[in-house]
Amino acid sequence: MNASWNSVRDDFPILHQQINGKPLIYLDNAATAQKPKVVIDALSSFYLNDNANVHRGLHTLSMRSTNAYEGARKRIAEFISAESPEEIIFTRGTTESINLVAASFGGSKLKSGDVILLTEMEHHSNIVPWQLIAQKTGAKLKFVPVTGDEGFLNLDSLEKLLTPEVKIFAFTHISNTLGTINPVVELCKKAKALGITTLIDAAQSIGHVPLSVKDIGCDFLCFSGHKMAGVTGIGVLYGKKSLLNAMPPWQGGGGMITTVDFETSTWKPSPERFEAGTPNYADAYALGVSCDYLDKLGRAQIAKHDAHLASLAYEALSKLPGIRIIGPKNNRSGLVSFAFKDVHAHDIVTFTDQDGIALRGGHHCNQPLMKKLGLTSTTRASFYVYNTESEIEVLVKSLSKILAFFS
Amino acid sequence: MSSDLTELYQQVILDHNRRPRNRGKLPQANRVAQGENPSCGDQCKVYLNVIGDRIADISFEGSGCAISQASASLMTTQLKGKTASEAEALYKNFHEIVTTGKQPEEISDVAAFAGVHAFPARIKCATLGWHAAMNALKNTEASATTESHTD
Repeated sequence: MNASWNSVRDDFPILHQQINGKPLIYLDNAATAQKPKVVIDALSSFYLNDNANVHRGLHTLSMRSTNAYEGARKRIAEFISAESPEEIIFTRGTTESINLVAASFGGSKLKSGDVILLTEMEHHSNIVPWQLIAQKTGAKLKFVPVTGDEGFLNLDSLEKLLTPEVKIFAFTHISNTLGTINPVVELCKKAKALGITTLIDAAQSIGHVPLSVKDIGCDFLCFSGHKMAGVTGIGVLYGKKSLLNAMPPWQGGGGMITTVDFETSTWKPSPERFEAGTPNYADAYALGVSCDYLDKLGRAQIAKHDAHLASLAYEALSKLPGIRIIGPKNNRSGLVSFAFKDVHAHDIVTFTDQDGIALRGGHHCNQPLMKKLGLTSTTRASFYVYNTESEIEVLVKSLSKILAFFS
Repeated sequence: MSSDLTELYQQVILDHNRRPRNRGKLPQANRVAQGENPSCGDQCKVYLNVIGDRIADISFEGSGCAISQASASLMTTQLKGKTASEAEALYKNFHEIVTTGKQPEEISDVAAFAGVHAFPARIKCATLGWHAAMNALKNTEASATTESHTD
């Protein structure tokens, strides 16, 4: 651990409060992570000192703002090892990034009989946009199955599903419910061998593991800022330049055109083509600061820390009577999702909240997977840089108390 | 355990959750409505056998938290034998109890749900079954969803 880790909890002012008379234990990081003071200060300072609309502005503030915005684009390209900043499109988040690809790439490439290949562990945000475009184009959806409670992708089935009809293969890097880390390099390699375009939902991985699009070999990658110690309302679509520049715009407006006549217009190349209207430049700027913060801690160290807590939690929770933990036993990401036969997730979350613990209970936007596993909901504890071993002890004690109450 | 929690999870609620009354399909049902809470996945299907203006029989099926299941169970015991307008009045009374914490005027097990008001996120759980029952009474085909209600 480097020196920055010693004071990591001090970096997050929100953690230092009591909830229902108990110290806050924030274990809902897969939904959104907390933001370090350095990011909050950067955003505040931007609005206090530098704000003006970006691009085309000739005055000093507009130039500062443009530099901050384009600087963030460059920083994020570097953060994920993209070839150039033109491959980084700012969106509202993972969901919007996937919708953009489904509407623009899918809308222009897919035809009746084509196949959109997804997996059974996708978040609704990587299912519903494809359903919408499938309805429009006549393409079909197919799903790579998940193998039971351990929650791995069935790679034997994948071989059979990767057919010439598949035009895009979209899958998650890390499952938000199972904690499974998918073999993204292998998946992209298999798809690429057949000329299939790949999209990765990196919402759960971007802030947690070292990530390089060059090493992964994907065509598109989508993520949100708010799960990586960044602010809400900003996300990224990475796409290979050649693909992006062959795609039609998905929204029209200012900033994305070269010329406009009354009847027709011509488009700028990526990224401007996909950023109609005033972009969310302030939050984009703050996202660049989040990248700096995470790199200061070290993403390999973050991955190690999260995995350590997840494995501790898995072990401790396994001892609770009647618990069913879903997802891989080993090599899981920093979250544990579990269910009890007789105590519902919402009751658990209400009880643990009284002990100051923030958990999430429900279907985690994974309804098809839940149905397959015969569950209606699970309780999920998800970890991040500021969580500690002793917080897991408090969680297990709190859960034991609830089980006794309902027994 | 905090006093708010013991208020929320009273014996009456725990008992109905453990041993739900009138649970299962109702073969002679002539009105059915499904209630769903899309934000959490809780479901509750209410079956009514309405004869004339009266609920001759009632049952429910569903899955969800202790609050939603106990509420649906207790509701069936409250609504059996009631007319549509009596049922409507009971619903209004229950709604007021869970949203304000007001105690019912008469001694009743529904008083157990007054503790819900201290947990605003759980009000939807408590009213899910009631929404479905009210829809079934109106014979509306659309499923009741907690998202279209302010509670």
